[in-house]
Amino acid sequence: MPVVENIGLDHAELLRFITAGSVDDGKSTLIGRLLHDSKSIFEDQLSAIEKTSNKRGMEKVDLSLLTDGLQAEREQGITIDVAYRYFTTPKRKFIIADTPGHEQYTRNMVTGASTANLAIILIDARKGVLTQSRRHAYLASLVGIPHLVVAVNKMDLVDYSQDVFNQIRDEFSAFLGELGLHSVEYIPMSALAGDMVVGRGDNLDWHTGKPLLDYLESIDIEHDINTRDFRFPVQWVSRPQTEEMHDFRGYMGRIESGSIRVGDAITVLPSGLTSRIKEILFFNDRYDTAFAPQSITFTIEDHLDISRGDMLVNGGEPPRITKEFDAMLCWLSDQAYDSRRKYIVKHATRLVKGLIARIDYRVDVNTMNHEDINSLSMNDIARVGIKVQQPLVVDTYTQNRGTGCFILIDEVTNNTVAAGMICNS
Amino acid sequence: MNQRLNFTHLDALESEAVLIMREVAAECSNPVLLFSGGKDSVVLLRLAEKAFRPSRFPFPLMHIDTGHNFPEVITFRDYRAKQLGERLIVRSMEDSIERGRVVLRSENQSRNPFQSITLLDAIEEFGFDACIGGARRDEEKARAKERIFSFRDEFGQWDPKNQRPELWSLYNTRTHPGENIRVFPISNWTELDIWEYIGREQLEIPSIYFAHERDVIVRDNSLLPVSYLVQPKAGESVQNMTVRFRTVGDMSCTCPVASHAKDVGEIIAETALTRITERGATRMDDQTSEASMELRKREGYF
Repeated sequence: MPVVENIGLDHAELLRFITAGSVDDGKSTLIGRLLHDSKSIFEDQLSAIEKTSNKRGMEKVDLSLLTDGLQAEREQGITIDVAYRYFTTPKRKFIIADTPGHEQYTRNMVTGASTANLAIILIDARKGVLTQSRRHAYLASLVGIPHLVVAVNKMDLVDYSQDVFNQIRDEFSAFLGELGLHSVEYIPMSALAGDMVVGRGDNLDWHTGKPLLDYLESIDIEHDINTRDFRFPVQWVSRPQTEEMHDFRGYMGRIESGSIRVGDAITVLPSGLTSRIKEILFFNDRYDTAFAPQSITFTIEDHLDISRGDMLVNGGEPPRITKEFDAMLCWLSDQAYDSRRKYIVKHATRLVKGLIARIDYRVDVNTMNHEDINSLSMNDIARVGIKVQQPLVVDTYTQNRGTGCFILIDEVTNNTVAAGMICNS
Repeated sequence: MNQRLNFTHLDALESEAVLIMREVAAECSNPVLLFSGGKDSVVLLRLAEKAFRPSRFPFPLMHIDTGHNFPEVITFRDYRAKQLGERLIVRSMEDSIERGRVVLRSENQSRNPFQSITLLDAIEEFGFDACIGGARRDEEKARAKERIFSFRDEFGQWDPKNQRPELWSLYNTRTHPGENIRVFPISNWTELDIWEYIGREQLEIPSIYFAHERDVIVRDNSLLPVSYLVQPKAGESVQNMTVRFRTVGDMSCTCPVASHAKDVGEIIAETALTRITERGATRMDDQTSEASMELRKREGYF
């Protein structure tokens, strides 16, 4: 069996991905296969699932049991939305957001996808492109996942037929083109037999592309973050107020996009005041440049009034400063939208009161058709107009994921009820 | 641009953890960082230094002392807190026992399950609304499904099916009076990441993480450290072996592994090749039932 040496290297990159598909597509088997063949399964985990497999009268170890749920899920027949799993190869560390396939799919996939670099969409080779495949692709495009892998699984059940694979690829790529998804890789595989997952296997010699793990290890993710527009939401202001650091003011936060150098001009928004970067600090280190997604501390040349919620920007496209914006909103809560309730918008490091001023339409995630609606309930995706009480410094989500997203919090229950992606008005 | 090419997975994990700590400081009114002296909380302290220096931490440190901790770890805990110049609160399970809040069946039984009571009492005593802890999702499958900002009701309980959705880096930190949030900045770290970070940052850790000679009893495929709490049963013999601890918890149920790793580099090499999970190898209390961690969490455990 082909295996990857699981050794620790501290120069590996981090890649986050999500798997979209249901148990029927072999999703759990695929994750199990990746973990198993990359030696990320430990002996005690393996012996636990061996026991369960035996108990259930199976001949082979059922790798899908690795992603089996909690006692609460088994008892109550529910599935908790997202489970995170980890594996490492010498080239990269991977975080898998594993979301269950059936119920509340939209909500779960949007949640898991929000931080992902890549989505794997599973298609059962026997069934071809289904409504759910289109739905998964649409959600991946909505949440702005930069890269897509279309895993045509269960090739063993169609005699590893190249024609079947080509037909699925041709049909799906026409659809993905319409969605504006461009970084797409099609891989035929059998997760059950292990073909084209970690090793190439013996049955898919006609496929010239990389096996899944090779692809995950080598795809360029450096440009997933906007490198042009510097955006730094101020999270926290450090004022030690000791004798020797009496005047020290450190602006702390994470760079959401772009990069900056000592001496560069910065503008503070929404105030519009300007200054220059004096120092770039991080604990005992001092840098000349800093870039997304670093968490960092800046000092600036001038004494300005800057606090949490402000944003430092420089160069490129300026962001919008606005109390009104349009967005695609995904309703997450089982409590429907209620225009009488008060909501809080959390955007970057700012919390403001807000309301939904307008609902334009809902998207039917199966057909992509637009429908008229008056309210929003769980799993709805809708184009809306948002109004907020204080101005926010925003980009469109397609320009800038970090400064184009927001959540809605119910002021009474404190629950996170919706996730929004800002679009052009 | 070269600098960006050197941005490793450890840098990405560090940046995420620092962002999380700063969110807690900015949005929660009375947070605390749980520091036991164990390796994960040692990493938390370095991350807090990265997040807040040159200022002091915007929260105190707190340890829930079971009274069954390894003495080396307690010594290290006090040493490290003093070195950092940060305030350390210690609340001990002995107090909970004296006040009748905790009733043990025997002196030697594991005290891990009862930590929750002392912790919840301390949260109430100080009015903490956020507790930063060093739990990781790779430790156990209940943790794999837990949020980074894990909301607890006024009884300190975790309800796995009623968790707040967590998207992007937009954490919802809001609580009503009496409720609190457990925050896990190193959720996405694995055991190997922890050791690589300890190596990279050259962090000091308690001596028992490194190979040393110790009297142990072999029981149920585990090595039990001999102490006043653990003595050989009839038919068992005590052996002197070279061992190290992968995790340091309650002395009555935390088991070392056979190892000759003398430094962090050798531990990393062993961890990279190891075939048994951290909790599987070292925590007898987690093996009791498939769902034991989940049950403890639902009762208020970290």
